[in-house]
Amino acid sequence: MKKLKSMSELGKSLAAIGIALVIGAFFVLLSGESPMEAYGALLKGALGSPKSIANTISKSIPLAFTGLAVALGSRCGMLNIGAEGQLHAGAMAAVLTSLGLSFLPGPILMIVSILAGILAGMAVGSIPGIFKAKLNTSEVIVAIMLNYICTLFTSWLVNGPVKAQGSAAQTHVVPESVWFGRLIPQTQLTSAVFLLLIVAAAMYVFLWKTSLGYQLRAVGANASAAGTAGIKVNTFLIMSMVLSGGLAALAGVTEVFGKYHRFIEGFSPSFGFTGIAVAILGRNHPAGVLLTALLFGIMDMGSLRMARVTNVSTNMVTVVQSLVILLVAAPELIKWNKNRKRG
Amino acid sequence: MAGINNFLALMLQLSVPIILGALCGTIAERGGIILLGVEGMMLLGAFAGVAGSFFTGSAFAGVLLSIIAGALVGWIYALFCLKWKAHQSVVGVGVNLFASGITAVLLKAIWHTEGMSDPVAAIGSLTVPVLSDIPIVGALFKNQSPYLYAMFLIVAGVWILFYKTKYGLRYRAIGDQPHAVQTAGVPVNRYRYIAMMAAGAIAGIAGSYLSLSQNNLFVTDMVAGRGFMGLAANIFGGWQPIGSLGAGMVFAVAQAARFYLTDLEIPSQIVQMLPYVITLLILLFVGKRVKGPEALGKLVD
Amino acid sequence: MDAIKMKGIVKCFGPVRANDGIDFTVKQQEIHCLLGENGTGKSTLMNILFGLYHPDEGEIYIHEKKAAIANPNDAYALGIGMVHQHFMLVNQLTVLENIIIGKEQGGLFLDRKKSEEKVAELVERFGFKIDLHEKVVNLSVGMRQRVEILKTLYRGADIIILDEPTAVLTPQEVDELFKILRQLKKEGKTIVFITHKLNETMALSDRITVIRKGKVVFECNTADTNEKELATQMVGRSVETVVAKKGTKIGKTVLELKNVRLQEKAEDTVSLTVHAGEILGIAGVDGNGQQELEAMIVGNQKVKEGSILINGTPVEHMSVKERKKLGLGYIPSDRHRNAMIPGFSIAENFLLGYQENPEYCKNGFIQFDNLKKDARKQVELFETKLAGLDQQIGQLSGGNQQKVIFGRETSHNPGFMLVAQPVRGLDIGAIEKVHKTLLELKEQGKAILLISAELSEVMNLSDRIAVLYEGEVSAQFQNGEYTKEEIGLFMTGKRAGGKNA
Repeated sequence: MKKLKSMSELGKSLAAIGIALVIGAFFVLLSGESPMEAYGALLKGALGSPKSIANTISKSIPLAFTGLAVALGSRCGMLNIGAEGQLHAGAMAAVLTSLGLSFLPGPILMIVSILAGILAGMAVGSIPGIFKAKLNTSEVIVAIMLNYICTLFTSWLVNGPVKAQGSAAQTHVVPESVWFGRLIPQTQLTSAVFLLLIVAAAMYVFLWKTSLGYQLRAVGANASAAGTAGIKVNTFLIMSMVLSGGLAALAGVTEVFGKYHRFIEGFSPSFGFTGIAVAILGRNHPAGVLLTALLFGIMDMGSLRMARVTNVSTNMVTVVQSLVILLVAAPELIKWNKNRKRG
Repeated sequence: MAGINNFLALMLQLSVPIILGALCGTIAERGGIILLGVEGMMLLGAFAGVAGSFFTGSAFAGVLLSIIAGALVGWIYALFCLKWKAHQSVVGVGVNLFASGITAVLLKAIWHTEGMSDPVAAIGSLTVPVLSDIPIVGALFKNQSPYLYAMFLIVAGVWILFYKTKYGLRYRAIGDQPHAVQTAGVPVNRYRYIAMMAAGAIAGIAGSYLSLSQNNLFVTDMVAGRGFMGLAANIFGGWQPIGSLGAGMVFAVAQAARFYLTDLEIPSQIVQMLPYVITLLILLFVGKRVKGPEALGKLVD
Repeated sequence: MDAIKMKGIVKCFGPVRANDGIDFTVKQQEIHCLLGENGTGKSTLMNILFGLYHPDEGEIYIHEKKAAIANPNDAYALGIGMVHQHFMLVNQLTVLENIIIGKEQGGLFLDRKKSEEKVAELVERFGFKIDLHEKVVNLSVGMRQRVEILKTLYRGADIIILDEPTAVLTPQEVDELFKILRQLKKEGKTIVFITHKLNETMALSDRITVIRKGKVVFECNTADTNEKELATQMVGRSVETVVAKKGTKIGKTVLELKNVRLQEKAEDTVSLTVHAGEILGIAGVDGNGQQELEAMIVGNQKVKEGSILINGTPVEHMSVKERKKLGLGYIPSDRHRNAMIPGFSIAENFLLGYQENPEYCKNGFIQFDNLKKDARKQVELFETKLAGLDQQIGQLSGGNQQKVIFGRETSHNPGFMLVAQPVRGLDIGAIEKVHKTLLELKEQGKAILLISAELSEVMNLSDRIAVLYEGEVSAQFQNGEYTKEEIGLFMTGKRAGGKNA
């Protein structure tokens, strides 16, 4: 029984991806290029060599973190649109902590800095949750405002008080002890991938093997039944947003500690928003999120080659991703065959 | 005196996209549809305007194209929400992302560059004789874009439609109690489709203001959050056309202040943050009391 | 002439035949009551007349002309208007605006003045007293109903349908409504009045049609009948196979309600006791305080006045979790909304409400072995049919779902069980099983409070019975003291003292 439902869900996701690619191909044609050439270049660019595969995985990591973040929130019925702001807050907090407490021994500094980042993300994430639970205002508008506030605030910091010498908007390089180790030389893949796998596994265990996770899912699935059974619904609404914020923060932390070794302005090309697509397509399940993030990583990585070889902008990938969001979000649009037969 | 005039003039210029964006939110949400996609709709309008002007050489053609494009997007948005019953917030996010991506793709396709398009024919500014010489108020009539006057007309038009016509009465009721309106024999979804197309058209106009009047070219992501500010202004203004006008002005003041506060050595980002912080505070204090349409997001059969 | 003639109306919602071949006739300028218990198909029939539903079979004749009613506009065109049980009013608009919506005076621009004149004329003619410029949200319930009636008059209705109009009115408001309806009849209107209340039916109507389980069972002139006969027709005879044995031992008081006010408009408070080894049945038509009773005992609604005690301990300030620890088992009335999570597995549903019990939760981790062991035991005990504990509970039949829920609630050996509408939506076989279960639980010495809208169920299972009417107990007695017809009367407002209150 369970397998049949997952197959149907998988089918819907695949159908959405397929349709999105077809529509994308249409736009490629509109730009005067061949879809075959464009998509071919994309695949080669992402998977053509071991180094490119490593880079593809590296590109998937922040998307997976934001995807996990949105997925966790969704499991409790909350749409976390604020991942973008949370990851900026997390990244900045982690960087500043590592710079400020650089006298601490290596491993401790690493742990403390990452924790600082997570706490910052949690703090930002809690705000829309509290607004929703206490004031019943839309968590969405609050989160969007916070996105701007966090990005602008960190932008000010990195252009002002914590700016390093030189023209670029970036901080000093963080101590080497907090750098995530490079796994394959001359690629961007770092040990952050292990952190991701651990976090994904932990999220799975939390949601399906613990009492708290069970209650969180119950609130998301049927808040009325959960409340009747004595579960404190508001507590979990806030908790889910707090945890979600922490996960989103890790997206920022792993980028600044792994890829750039400093906070640099513009390091996030909308990871937060793309994370929403990843979560939806991945059916809000850690395994699905990881797979989808990888798929999106392939698209992001491959788009670089596609842009070099053809005249198609890298933004085509954003277009396909957005189409996927729209198609997957419309339950009436992609109806599985069963329903049609009965009608 | 000149200082105030200049400030007023600047504020008015900045208010146009915000107020129009707020109106989009008002129109859509009074019918019960959550409209997060204003940002994307404005961006598409901005691009359509520039593309139209580029290919025909006429700025007016550009404006026309932006209106048509906006209405089309509005219709598709309604399709997703009403016919295919998609989660409305997600549709908004999707539309925003789509707009961001497709405008960049088409930018590259047409002008073979990334970042910004070539300059195109734009809408010039006007000065109204006599009225422009009046102190203070004269700022309203000197070197302003015709969009400013169009904006006032649109606000007035929406207000009249909402409060003086029977269609407006029925439509406002839909956002609160769609079933009651349906029982009265009114085709609820048809009204919603028309409203979304209107909202889309207005978003298109707002976008073309940015690309054809304030500037004369398209820059990627040039809406820069003003659509969201518009949504916040709509909430602040209580989902009313006049409220959107007023709230939009308040936000515009905060935005205009940015240029003046640089003298005081307050960093630009902090000043840019002001409108968003203000929105949050407003939502915090007023949120519980400001009543939105009671049936936001709810569908009828 | 017949104002309305409905012939052979059939309407199905999935497997449920809400209207099962109904013939319904209403004469012109009469007040006609459509009488029946909840869920018998009265509202469905009238919604078909008003154009909100379409019948699967059947014909409709209005003023003896065949009619096709596809939507409310068609209904209005034929002169039919309806006042729904749940008002269709827009809170933020004024009375005037609510009335004219859909048929405003003026072309593109709203002619407020003309609209107001027209409505004021109606208000004057029928003697309503109402402020046209007040926002509906500020009106009392009685006033809102008048707005609904005015809506139909404004649209030119001469046939007016009212669906359970007195359910939400105070006695005084009911009197005023009746005055208005009689006035409307004098003016030539035809009135159809859907209700389950016998006293009102006798007071107001000219003719009566009784519906039971989707079929018409009785038609007559009001003058030719009485409440007792109507009650018999309404309640009918059903297949009862499970009846309680007489003379079981009753133990000490387990649950006690002391002077609890169930509804604000109730004049009196409620006091009840349930003893170990006893079933106290709460009879009454849905909406007379049962939901409040249920919610207050479990802990989902605050008790503003009065006290609730379990085994002598006051629990009004305790959470649901704490009350469950004291030994409260709960079968909620709305199974899908409140008792289970359709998308979760059976095992996970078994955990609902007990997710922090030490045997299921160690160091925060769910002990699936213990959980599944207990669940399996209950599944066998109740002979529940399922494919496996990992199956989604939403895929089980209603009866099997209820078995899982019973299994869950009884597996923790509660001393007291609150059982609300336990056989709602179940087929006959499942109903029998549930009833047998309740009696077994009683034999085990549990105290059971059974809330049910099915009078026959209450009579078959209970040791004592209390009848709820408008938030108060209209009668409390040993089962057997009164006949079904007499209890039916208690359900519709008659008072009685029991020999053992």
